[in-house]
Amino acid sequence: MAKEQRIKVTVNGTAYEKTVPVRLSLADFIRDHLNLTGTHLGCEHGVCGACTVSLNGRSARSCLTLAVQADGAEIVTIEGLRSADGTRHPMQQAFYEKFALQCGYCTPGMLITAIELLRENPDPTEQDVREALSGNICRCSGYQAIVDAVLAVARKEFA
Amino acid sequence: MKPAGFDYYAPRSVDEALHVLADAGQDGRVLAGGQSLMPMLNCRILSPAALVDINRIEGLDRLDATAESLTIGALVRHADLLRNAEVSKGWPLLAEATTYVAHPAIRNRGTVCGSVSHNDPAAEQPSVLVTLDGTVLIAGGAGEREMPAEEFLTGMMSNALEPGEMVVGLRYPRPPAGTGAAFVEYARRLGDFALAGAAAMLTMREGVCEKARLTIVGMGDGPVRAREAEAVLTGRALGGKQSKDAFAEAAAKVIAAVEPADDVHASAAYRRHLAGVLTTRALTTALARSGGA
Repeated sequence: MAKEQRIKVTVNGTAYEKTVPVRLSLADFIRDHLNLTGTHLGCEHGVCGACTVSLNGRSARSCLTLAVQADGAEIVTIEGLRSADGTRHPMQQAFYEKFALQCGYCTPGMLITAIELLRENPDPTEQDVREALSGNICRCSGYQAIVDAVLAVARKEFA
Repeated sequence: MKPAGFDYYAPRSVDEALHVLADAGQDGRVLAGGQSLMPMLNCRILSPAALVDINRIEGLDRLDATAESLTIGALVRHADLLRNAEVSKGWPLLAEATTYVAHPAIRNRGTVCGSVSHNDPAAEQPSVLVTLDGTVLIAGGAGEREMPAEEFLTGMMSNALEPGEMVVGLRYPRPPAGTGAAFVEYARRLGDFALAGAAAMLTMREGVCEKARLTIVGMGDGPVRAREAEAVLTGRALGGKQSKDAFAEAAAKVIAAVEPADDVHASAAYRRHLAGVLTTRALTTALARSGGA
């Protein structure tokens, strides 16, 4: 049985074809094989949320997904949030202006999660936002500013 | 925090998956959502020789609601239940409990069948299947069999699957008219494993409880059916003060029956207290939702 397998994935609109060990996580694939180090790895067992990426349009823990499982998938990481001309995504702009990041370690996962929340629930309450972000741990414990930023985007302050 | 090496299979059919599992015997593991299995691989709590990824099998993501029952395939994710209007209408207990399952990204990938098979004592889905008198659909070399949830859940993180078998679905009978149900749990932080939880279902007819189901979460080797509390309620008139007394009696039975453990998260005494409080809350809400009070 082959310990490696060839996979095709589209990450942030770019198609890649690579041979990967079957036990390689999607997170390590994104960081070490594609050199997209914006996706962070914290706990590596699904608790912290730092490695959250968008997998076929839904948020997923890239540490709990194998790279081979992503064969044929469309992935968006934090590097894919900016538009082609370099303009920040409204959620990135809100995080920037509302001081919603300190060390920045949790930020990539927070952004992917927050963007998915507003797509599914464009008018969330503060409690909705806190619930949605409950799976993303901020080690600086700067949650208040993060919640404020998400609510500001919901109010279209950064459209 | 990297998994040990394994052979990776991505079968396209249940038959193909069963062949691989039969060859692998005890060393094979089914990978569905991976939200419990992958952490165990990463932490090397498990090191299976063969990983059988069923995500590419067509049809396992199906969800069928009929007049009699809801059947969900092995690839139905927790989030799929939350997005389905038939589930929230016909099986509101299932929908409510699912909102307590972990966090959005975990619910997007994790499967209901996987959670039931994993049978973590603090998990919501096994308790719902038990409360709703659900069954587990199992495929193996000898064909398919259907097993009641309580028979399937054999203990702490274990189930009645034989080597070479796999879970292909779950079936939840449609609760009869006059039924109210509620799921409540308490966790220190949103989405964490619950310290305690309770799932209740009451079927009422003309003010009398025709059938009661009560299952306690986080208090044993898996979901704990509170049979003595159910017996207290069955056949009893429930309304106003009557229900208050009956629910207090039921809660006392639960407190006497559960055997929680001390750990770093909470003392056994506190968990036992929670079991009583959550029992009363679940029953009170279930009764109100039945339209019978």
